[in-house]
Amino acid sequence: MTEVREPEGTRRRLLNWFLSTSAGLFLVAVLYPVSRYLMPPQVEESTARTVRLAVTPGEVKPNSGQIFKFGSRPGLLIRTPSGELRAFAATCTHLACIVQYRSDLGHIWCACHNGHFDLNGKNLTGPPPRPLERYVVKVQQDRIVVSMDA
Amino acid sequence: MQHGSLWQWLDERVGLAEMEKLAKQKEVPVHRHTIWYYFGGMTLFLFLVQVTTGMLLLFYYRPSAEEAYESIQFLMTEVQFGWLIRSIHAWAANLMIFTLFVHLFSVLFLKAYRPPRELTWYTGVVLLGVALAFGFTGYLLPWNTLAYFATRVGTEIVAVLPVVGPFLLRLLRGGQEVTGATLTRFFAIHVAILPMLTVLCLALHLFLVQKHGMSVPRGVEQRGGTTRAMPFVPHFLLRDLIGWLSAVAMLAVLAAFFPAELGQKADPFAPAPAGIKPEWYFMFMFQTLKYLPSHILGIEGDVVGILGFGAAGLFLLLIPFLDRRAARGQSSPLFTLIGIAMVVYMLLLTYLGYTVSPTK
Repeated sequence: MTEVREPEGTRRRLLNWFLSTSAGLFLVAVLYPVSRYLMPPQVEESTARTVRLAVTPGEVKPNSGQIFKFGSRPGLLIRTPSGELRAFAATCTHLACIVQYRSDLGHIWCACHNGHFDLNGKNLTGPPPRPLERYVVKVQQDRIVVSMDA
Repeated sequence: MQHGSLWQWLDERVGLAEMEKLAKQKEVPVHRHTIWYYFGGMTLFLFLVQVTTGMLLLFYYRPSAEEAYESIQFLMTEVQFGWLIRSIHAWAANLMIFTLFVHLFSVLFLKAYRPPRELTWYTGVVLLGVALAFGFTGYLLPWNTLAYFATRVGTEIVAVLPVVGPFLLRLLRGGQEVTGATLTRFFAIHVAILPMLTVLCLALHLFLVQKHGMSVPRGVEQRGGTTRAMPFVPHFLLRDLIGWLSAVAMLAVLAAFFPAELGQKADPFAPAPAGIKPEWYFMFMFQTLKYLPSHILGIEGDVVGILGFGAAGLFLLLIPFLDRRAARGQSSPLFTLIGIAMVVYMLLLTYLGYTVSPTK
């Protein structure tokens, strides 16, 4: 009895193997393009390492801050109470909210999770784990130029 | 019962008699915990309200960063009853999450996940996840400031995951930052992917409820089981209907007196406003992230928090598997305590989230 069934069993196994591998390969052929499709294409990151701001140094009052565009990312320009211009990445190192300068506190603050940074961008209290990235600020012909560290 | 010729014509083709028989057989046990049986049906009803109002909103909504806010402004101010449809959609979403939580915790405390109902629990927890994803993706669609920052934070959370984090972040946002590409993606997820997932899980969930019938709590079973039961049709269904009509009345009142707000249009180059907060059902997690220090045992605090919530979610899913005593038909006070601890934690942190000053 078993001898009679044996070849048929083998044939069935072979057919099942073909069937399941074809089904598997078919799924791969569908899922691969779909998964690639869902990943957004790499867009050229703004390569600007330097920006000239629209505001003039005279327009930035001491003990104040404002957001500027550094390529596609927000930056924070502040003038310290002592009159020095400084710039940082405005993206909080905790969970990427946009920070602001609090003139009442005299330092940088993130509203989302109550993170505090000092005037050097160093994380003081709250959840932020790292300091804000600091940019170099120069004044050239009465224009503010912000650049990343070389 | 005497049936007309149409009924008979249909019966020969789709088998109405069998369905009628099934409907007549379905019974609901009557005991002192019967009230909790209504919350699943209530959640289902509110979901149907969401489907209906959601389809209506699609007639005016435009899913792009340039037009989304303006299209909702138009809907709220120009379109007749536009404010009503959107407000009901927003309120029913909140009520649905609320009844879902009540349903979840009543099932947890009554240990209704005991064998053979483990799969009903699993599909239910998946449906909870889907409902929260509905809330999260829907929140962004008006493209206002609150939504924008909630999405920045919420999507940044996945980036915290080891290895797959950055990949998932790009997949969710459709790029590195939250932009119009994110809005389009969230729209697709909100109106196509999640509804499909819901239908699949809900079909299985409801099928299992029909197959196993209502779970009778162990305490009731020990006292000799239930002596009484009511037919589902029409006794329980009519009671359900009263609940649903009350929900509609409540939605109308809420929508009329507290219409959904729109706020300011999102500006990717403005600081996050003070008092930024997520939907109330994410508040306990949001508030926890505020309290965590920047580092715990050398690991970044938010990583610990997020992995902790992930572990808690996994624990919730696996409860039927972990609660061996309930599976054996014994009392399991430990899991009751864990359930109480969860509820207390969520209530306390939510309370703090709404009362503590944002700068403290």
